[in-house]
Amino acid sequence: MSAAGFRFRNPSALPGFGLSLGFTVFYLSVIVLIPIAALIVRPWEIGFSGFWNVISDPRVLAALRLSFGGAAIAAVINAVTGPIVAWVLVRYNFPGKRLLDALIDLPFALPTAVAGIALSQLYSANGWVGEPLSHLGIRIAYTPIGVIIALTFIGLPFVVRTLQPVLNDLSRDPEEAAATLGANRWQTITRVVLPSLMPALLTGATLAFARAVGEYGSVIFIAGNLPTVSEIAPLLIVIKLEQYDYAGAAAIGVVMLAASFAVILALNLLQNWIGKRR
Amino acid sequence: MKFRRYPTQDHPLSRIALSLIAIGVVTLFLVLPLATVFTEALRKGLGVAWEALDDPDARAAVRLTLITAAIAVPLNAVFGVAASWAIAKFDFKGKQFLTTLIDLPFSISPVVSGLIYVLIFGLQGWFGESLREANVKIIFAVPGIVLATIFITFPFVARELIPLMEDQGRDEEEAATSLGASGWDTFMRVTLPNIRWGLLYGVLLCNARAMGEFGAVSVVSGHIRGLTNTMPLHVEVLYNDYQFVGAFAVASLLALLALVTLVLKSLLEWRFADDIAATHRH
Amino acid sequence: MNKFALALAALATLTAANAGSVTLLNVSYDPTRELYKDINAAFAKDWKAKTGDTVTIKQSHAGSGAQARAVIDGLDADVVTLALAYDIDAISQKAKLLPADWQKRLPENSTPYTSTYVFLVRKGNPWKIHDWSDLVKPGIQVITPNPKTSGGARWAYLAAWAYALKQPGGNPDKAKAFVQALYKHVPVLDTGARGATTTFVQRGIGDVQLTWENEAYLALKEYGADKFEIVYPKLSILAEPPVALLDKNVDRHGMRKAADAYLRFLYTKEGQEIEAKNFYRPRDPAVLKAFAKQFPSLPMVTVDEVFGGWQKAQATHFADGGVFDQIYKPGR
Repeated sequence: MSAAGFRFRNPSALPGFGLSLGFTVFYLSVIVLIPIAALIVRPWEIGFSGFWNVISDPRVLAALRLSFGGAAIAAVINAVTGPIVAWVLVRYNFPGKRLLDALIDLPFALPTAVAGIALSQLYSANGWVGEPLSHLGIRIAYTPIGVIIALTFIGLPFVVRTLQPVLNDLSRDPEEAAATLGANRWQTITRVVLPSLMPALLTGATLAFARAVGEYGSVIFIAGNLPTVSEIAPLLIVIKLEQYDYAGAAAIGVVMLAASFAVILALNLLQNWIGKRR
Repeated sequence: MKFRRYPTQDHPLSRIALSLIAIGVVTLFLVLPLATVFTEALRKGLGVAWEALDDPDARAAVRLTLITAAIAVPLNAVFGVAASWAIAKFDFKGKQFLTTLIDLPFSISPVVSGLIYVLIFGLQGWFGESLREANVKIIFAVPGIVLATIFITFPFVARELIPLMEDQGRDEEEAATSLGASGWDTFMRVTLPNIRWGLLYGVLLCNARAMGEFGAVSVVSGHIRGLTNTMPLHVEVLYNDYQFVGAFAVASLLALLALVTLVLKSLLEWRFADDIAATHRH
Repeated sequence: MNKFALALAALATLTAANAGSVTLLNVSYDPTRELYKDINAAFAKDWKAKTGDTVTIKQSHAGSGAQARAVIDGLDADVVTLALAYDIDAISQKAKLLPADWQKRLPENSTPYTSTYVFLVRKGNPWKIHDWSDLVKPGIQVITPNPKTSGGARWAYLAAWAYALKQPGGNPDKAKAFVQALYKHVPVLDTGARGATTTFVQRGIGDVQLTWENEAYLALKEYGADKFEIVYPKLSILAEPPVALLDKNVDRHGMRKAADAYLRFLYTKEGQEIEAKNFYRPRDPAVLKAFAKQFPSLPMVTVDEVFGGWQKAQATHFADGGVFDQIYKPGR
C-alpha cells in the first residue's frame, strides 16, 4: 500500500469522502483554526525576545509544570479508575447502577466554578472529606494535591464515556474462545479485552489530559494560587490580561497550545499504531 | 464449594472488589460534590431555592442557556458524524493530524477560547471597528456566547464516534454499496443504526458541556444581567451576591438537567433493548 | 433552521431593548452590586419625576480590571464605575472612549464616595490584631486576594506599604521587607475580593482578612455580627473608586444627558445617603456626620501623596517584574 508513492488517500469502495472531509475541514477552519490563528499571530508583536522573556520567567515555567504535570497525573489516575468504572457499569448489574451511570456526566454539566466551590468546600479542612484527612495531617485544598483532585474530577467522564460504547459493542466471543482455550480470567482480560479497549482508553486519557491542562474555573477555588507553588498556567494568562498585556497572555496561550498539541498528536499516533498492530 | 461460572464472568470476589472501587471513585469525585450542591441549595428550604429560580434574571439565564445549546449541539452533531465518517471509513494522509486538530479545543484553556474571539471580534481586534460601524454585536452579546460554546463543545460528538466507527470497520458499508445501495442509504440504514448509541452519548455530553460551560463564556459575555448571563454565569453572580442558596439552587437545576437527559437515555436503552442487542451481535 | 431564527430573534430583542425606553449600561466592579441596585431604583424614580421618561439601568459586575478590558474590547457601556482610576485611565488610553482628563470632569476626582481598608477578624479578636505590625506575628494567617487580579487588593498592598513607610525610620527598603513578610503570611491568594471573603468566612481559613470597609460591613450583615468583628488599624489608605461616562458610547447611543444625570445623582444628598447606607463613605460632610458612628475617622494616606499617582504605583509595584513579583521570587 505504502509503496504506491505519495497518494492522498487509498482507494475505497465507499462514497461520501469528498463531502464529509470537505465539510469537516470547512467547519474545523471556521470554528477552530481561524480563531486560533488570531491567537498565534498575537505574541509576535513583542518580538521573539519578548516572547522568550515571557515564557522563560521561572514563575511561568513553574505554572506550566504544575498544569502539565497535574494534568498528566490526573489522566493516569483516570486511566486506571475509568476502565474499572466503565467495566462495572457495562458488565455488572446492581441496584442504583443507572443512577451511578447518570452521575458520570456531572463534571460536564456542573459549571466549573460550581465544581470548584463544591470541591473546595468538600476537601478543605472543615469539609466532609477534608476534615478526617486533616486529622491525619493531610491537606488537600489549597495545595497542589487540590489541583490534581480538581483535574481528576473534570477528566473522569472523558475516559468512562469513551470506553462505554466500545465495551458495549465488544463481542464476548473472543473472551469465550480464550476461556475455552484454557486462559484464566486475568489472562483473558489483559490479553484479549484490554488490547481491544486500548484505542478508546488512550483516546479517553488523552482527552482527559488535554482538558485538564487548560482548566481554570474549578481549579482556582481549590488551588491556593500561590506563585510557583499552586499557581496554574491559565491563571497567569488571566493575570497578564489584567495588566492589558495581550501579547504576554497570548504567548503563554501559544506555548500551552503547542505543548498539548504535541502530546495529543503523539498519543493519537500511538493509538493508531496500536490499532494497526491489532 | 466451587463456583460454576460462565467463562466470561468475573470471579465473584473481583466483581465485588471492582464494584466497590467504582462506587468509591464515583462517590468521592461525583456524588459528594453533587450532594454538597444540593445540601447548600436546600439549606433554607425548598421555598427559598424556588424563589431564586423564579427570578426574572434567572429565567433569562435559563432561556439563554437553552438557546445556546439548541444552536451549538445540532451543529456539532452534524460535524461529528461527517468527521467520523471521513476519518473512520477512509485512509488518507494526515489523518492523525486532522484528528489531533479536532481534539484541540479540549486542550485550549477556556480562558483562551474566549480570548480568541475577543481578538477577532473585539473593538481592538481584527473586525471590531467595522462590526461596530455596521452595528452588529458579536461578543458581549448572544452570537459570541454561541460561538464560544460551539468552540468548547466542538470535539465531543466526533471524539465519541471516531473510535466506535473505527472499531466497527467498514465491511458492512462496503457490502451494502456493492449490493447497489446509494451512499445516503448505506449511511442511514447501515451506519446510523450501528452508531446511534454512541451518537446519543456524544450529543448528551455535548449538550451537558454546552449548558455548563463557564470560563470561555465568561470572557465573551460582558456579564450584563438579564441579557448576556447564562446559567453558569448567573450562578457566579448569585454566589458573589452572597445568595449562596440561590447560587446552588441554579447549580442544582443544571445538574438536574444533566440527570434528566441521562435518565431519558436509560429509558430509550430499555425501550429498545432488543434493538441494541441486535446491533451488538454483529 | 429554526434554531437560527431563534438566535436572530434573540439578537433582535437585544437591539430592540435600546429603542423603546431609555437604557443605560453601568459596568462596575464586584463589591458595588448592592449599592447600585439601590441607586438605580432611586435614580429611575428621580428621572421619571423630572423628565417623565422611564430609565432602565442594566448592571454588569466582575473584577475591575476584567471589566475595563471588556469595555476596551467593545462592551458597550455608557458609564463605568470601577475600583481604581488606573482602570479608567486604561480605557481612555487604549480605546479612546473618553478624554485623558476625565477625572477632572466631576467633583472630588470623580469619586462620589470613598472607602478604606480595614481588618476583619473572628469574634473576640483571639489573636489581638490591632495594627498592621500584628499581621506579621508568627502563626498569623492573612487572607487577601492577589493584587495582580484584584483591583481592591492593590489598595490593601499599598496601605501596608504606606504603613511601613510612615513608621519611624521607614524607607522603601523597609517597606518592601514588611510587605514581603506580610505576604509570607498569606496562605491563599484568591483572584477576587468576594472569593477571599468566602475563603475567610466559609472555609474558616486565616485569622484576619484585609478588606474594603464596605465589604467588611456587608460580611457582618450577611454572616452575623456575632461571628466577626471589624478592626481599624492606626493608619490606612483612602480608597477612591471613580466613576465616568464614556463619551464615544453615550454619544453613539444618544444617552449623554441621562448618563451625566445618573453620575451626578451619586453626588446628591439622596445618592450620598444611599451610598452611606451601603457602607461607602459619602463625600458630603453633612451625610458623613450623620453616619459618623459607622465610619470612625482614622488617618488615611492617598495614592497620590505616597505613590505619586496610580500610573506610577502600577508600574513600580504591580507590573511584570515589579515589587510584588520580586517578593514572590522563588528560592527566598
